[in-house]
Amino acid sequence: MRDVAIVSVAQSRHRRAATELNEVEMIQPVIRQALDQIGASIADIGFTCSGSSDYLAGQAFSFVMTLDAVGAWPPIMESHVEMDGAWALYEAWLKIQTGAADTALVYSYSKASPGDLPRVMSRMLDPYYVGPLWPDSVAYAGLQARAMLDAGAITERQMAEVAHRNREAARSNPHAQVVGSASVDELLAAPMLSDPLRVHDCPPISDGGVAVVLAAGDRARAWVDRPAWIRGIDHRIDGHQIGARDLTTAPSVAIAAQHAGVEGTFDVAEVHAPFTHQEQLVLDGLGLDDGVQLNPSGGALAANPMMAAGLIRLGEVATRILDGSVGRGVAHATAGHLLQQNLVCVLEGGD
Amino acid sequence: MSIDPSEDRSVSTLPEGLWTQPVPSVPVDLGDDPVQRQVVPASMRYDYSPGLATSRFLRGLAEKRILGERCPETGEVYVPPRGVSPVSGLRTTEQVEVGPKATITSFCVVHIGFGVNAPPTPFVSALFLPDGAAVSLYGTMGEIAHDEVRIGMRVEPVWVDDADLTTSMENIRYWRPIDEPDVPAEQLKGHM
Repeated sequence: MRDVAIVSVAQSRHRRAATELNEVEMIQPVIRQALDQIGASIADIGFTCSGSSDYLAGQAFSFVMTLDAVGAWPPIMESHVEMDGAWALYEAWLKIQTGAADTALVYSYSKASPGDLPRVMSRMLDPYYVGPLWPDSVAYAGLQARAMLDAGAITERQMAEVAHRNREAARSNPHAQVVGSASVDELLAAPMLSDPLRVHDCPPISDGGVAVVLAAGDRARAWVDRPAWIRGIDHRIDGHQIGARDLTTAPSVAIAAQHAGVEGTFDVAEVHAPFTHQEQLVLDGLGLDDGVQLNPSGGALAANPMMAAGLIRLGEVATRILDGSVGRGVAHATAGHLLQQNLVCVLEGGD
Repeated sequence: MSIDPSEDRSVSTLPEGLWTQPVPSVPVDLGDDPVQRQVVPASMRYDYSPGLATSRFLRGLAEKRILGERCPETGEVYVPPRGVSPVSGLRTTEQVEVGPKATITSFCVVHIGFGVNAPPTPFVSALFLPDGAAVSLYGTMGEIAHDEVRIGMRVEPVWVDDADLTTSMENIRYWRPIDEPDVPAEQLKGHM
């Protein structure tokens, strides 16, 4: 296996609606920052991979237009996934492992604001037997929360505590959209949105993006003093048929964690749990010690740009390794409804 | 949502016999009472926002002006602008009015018009390189026989009536020839 590291991370200031910008204008400064801050140009990049979904902005082949922000001339080696950018990073990592490239630019983004996101999300479901019923993504998440509450796996107070902790942590995150929280008691006094979920249990709808540069071995060392080495990465998927899953567990998190080599102690963990009740499911799957600093960025509850929020988790861990503030971290990304697909990545500083 | 049977079209809207639908290559046993079709209507509404650069372009069209934007690295002018040079990946900041005169860089004589907005056939669709721009705009030709159109021909846009101007590409009804000598193909290299 080749040693591959994250050497640069940039993300936008996420917000509810970047109304004045098109997607290219939104992601271009992020891509430029990721390249500029290590003195790189697109000519230094061997492979480019992006993650986005045309359904979000309602524009066909929007990812092709967004390539304008890369400057694809002379023609570049490029790929795209209709997935969170964490999976684009996985593809880029594989590409580097094959030896076809030594460096990669990975970016992902979404403008969810032009559409009605909870309805748009229903288009991911089986188009013949579930899709025609248009279940919105919040109500869908409510099914999982109810199952967990009923099983005694979590309480409404614990869910409110998750919201409070993440959004208070976001006070130190310059990219966050929802910063600070009312007290847990005040949160619990709020009305239900989709019972048992209150507004604080749900992620914000965000426009934004993230860009990351990967490099192998000496190329990474030449770019930065302290690369964030990918020591393990794996992704797993549960069945799409919700009725066939036990919604109170996330077995694909546990298997991905096992194969990514999640063991021992970590300084920091960034987990991608869009709804409050899901954080506990992810933590159970990862099996982390209590000492770990959890979601210092505020996680997806502070900003949740679709297709980017997972890669941002990897970026948040990598940023802390790159700046020397932590030595070892684990990042988790999810995609699909109710933690259907999960990716786990172990990152570590050092030579 | 109710289904309007008159809109419940067959799979293809192509003219009969042009491209036929494939026939299954193996016999299919669907049983006595097969469900062969399921109609699942779906629609979603989006509020499209064109962005800063393309908004400037669309506002220009409403004034019968074609506004491109310049790449800060190569100096080339792109239209319609998306805010970023597709060659360098850098932000375009300088607006440049191009055209309205233009040169045909390629064309196609259309004998089968698809869709309700197609002009009477045969008609010519073409790529029009506005003076000062690095890339061409798509449109249709008018006021000329289809077999007289050629690469290098000089043209100008024919706009809709002033009262009908909006922030839309449809402001240009079509393009028509002007009395200027053709541009040699050699000069169009890199823009075709």
